[in-house]
Amino acid sequence: MAVSSLKVKDPTIKPLTINFGPQHPAAHGVLRMIMEMDGEVITRVDPHIGLLHRGTEKLIENKIYRQAVPYFDRLDYVAPVCQEHAFVLATEKLLNVDVPERGQYMRVMQSEIARIQNHLLNIPAYAIDVGAMTPMLWAFEEREKLMEFQEAVSGARLHMAYFRVGGVAQDMPVGLGDKINDWCDQFPKFIDDMETLLTDNRIFKQRSVDIGIISPDDALAWGCSGPTLRGSGFAWDLRKSQPYDVYDRMDFDIPVGKNGDCYSRYLVRVAEMRESLKIIKQCLRDMPEGAVMTTNNKVAQPKRGDIKRSMESLIHHFKHFTEGFHVPAGETYSVVEAPKGEFGVYLVSDGSNKPYRCKIRVPGFAHLQSMEHFCKGHMLADSVAILGGFDVVFGEIDR
Amino acid sequence: MDDKKQALLDLSNYIQDKFPDDIEAAELINGELVVVVNLPAIKKVAKFTRDDSNFMMKLCVDICGVDYPTREKRFDVVYNLLSMKHNLRIRLKVYTDEETQVPSLCEIWPTANWFEREAWDMYGIFFSNHPDLRRILTDYGFEGHPLRKDFPLTGFVEMRYDDNLRRCVYEPVKLTQDFRKFDFLSPWEGISSILPGDEKATYSNEGDE
Repeated sequence: MAVSSLKVKDPTIKPLTINFGPQHPAAHGVLRMIMEMDGEVITRVDPHIGLLHRGTEKLIENKIYRQAVPYFDRLDYVAPVCQEHAFVLATEKLLNVDVPERGQYMRVMQSEIARIQNHLLNIPAYAIDVGAMTPMLWAFEEREKLMEFQEAVSGARLHMAYFRVGGVAQDMPVGLGDKINDWCDQFPKFIDDMETLLTDNRIFKQRSVDIGIISPDDALAWGCSGPTLRGSGFAWDLRKSQPYDVYDRMDFDIPVGKNGDCYSRYLVRVAEMRESLKIIKQCLRDMPEGAVMTTNNKVAQPKRGDIKRSMESLIHHFKHFTEGFHVPAGETYSVVEAPKGEFGVYLVSDGSNKPYRCKIRVPGFAHLQSMEHFCKGHMLADSVAILGGFDVVFGEIDR
Repeated sequence: MDDKKQALLDLSNYIQDKFPDDIEAAELINGELVVVVNLPAIKKVAKFTRDDSNFMMKLCVDICGVDYPTREKRFDVVYNLLSMKHNLRIRLKVYTDEETQVPSLCEIWPTANWFEREAWDMYGIFFSNHPDLRRILTDYGFEGHPLRKDFPLTGFVEMRYDDNLRRCVYEPVKLTQDFRKFDFLSPWEGISSILPGDEKATYSNEGDE
């Protein structure tokens, strides 16, 4: 860590205060940071957030449960389905609804596709922050393929709104499984290619090794989770330790970093992509035939075809989209391992058709507030690397 | 799953024995341990859950407020804690109102800082001894606490860029159509209020006839 040894004691010399953002390509969105500098060295960072605040939690309190799902896409818009996953798990827990196996496999597979998608944006964005341009251009091509898979199941490339309370919206089309399988076979080649650009690159290493070291104690104190926590040496992954859906049947490893610096976090993310590929392949191999949505008609919406023929279905359809289902009173805190860390939904229900309170716990919020702690004593250019290493997205931090 | 439930029950008994006067209630809700703590004791109990070898709640995952305007102490402050060592989660709760100060837990978990700022911003829950209790998510100069139940969804002011003044101006919210909030609750199960002018309303208490 570079600490300035020539600390100026003269009270007439003021530290330089600079304003970083809110419109800055390295701010990963709309982050404004007030930095106090001692020469090139940072002495204080005050991140100002909330420039993308949309009042998601308030809006969800005023909508029925079904209408809340699309809001979760718009939190972390880089890996949308993982957020939906947390919300539907919380609602299912309160409702006590079981999801058919195929639906669970479908969710796990989509979550892992989203994880790769997320890392495919974060790794090159981090590389661009420290000066490497090419990976970004390459990774976006692969991201585009993943978005096509998502479009095939949900009809939307970005904001999928694919997960439902009780399952997923629809089964995947015929032949998509083979396409995903083929992609899984050729994708490791891409990771290898990207690694030749970055992993041993001298400039990349100079910019990231020993930058922003997070000690295990600090990682706990600041509430780190996900790759940031694993980069500091904790083998902690909610998919393993508190498995949800069918993650307990999946065979995969948890990559763990050694030093807790930006480079470790980068390596963890690269390794995680390879692990995600394993999970996707296992899903495609083991996925049983059958329904993807629960048969509980009070939760699952009726099929389009039935509405034309059955009066009962028509009534159900009407009630589903006006009143929605009622959730028994209670509260729960449900978590998923989102690509960025622990994403949790604290859901309080009062027995009506709208959530009484839906607190969204996002990993980036905790990470960003530790910026001051970890940037102190670093050079200005390193703050950008640390920020990139945390993988922040302002859709989720500002909510 | 049963082991986990048992472990949480043990913890529940353990913490009630340790703080017989400071714990108002401890129960399992949906298989999750919820401990309601007396407001003045929260710091003591929180520190205990962090350091005690049976708890080891090293991670404070989340702090948030919940508003129940009909209650005398209208706010819940909810602390979601995680122990990686024991792979368990617990939830601490305290009750407070607009006036009563809640001791800040920033010294115990530094990560509490921003979560408490958010609770202050959204609900107006005041945390004493907080190092830097400013608004966090809302606009500079924002008034009110938006997540309170009595704060309207549309807010009070809207902002636009004024071409003549060449700056952003704030104006009272003007909606060409009022925000519509339909009451879709089914009259057979959901409705609680008695319809005005309903002469049969007096029968409603005597069961379904």
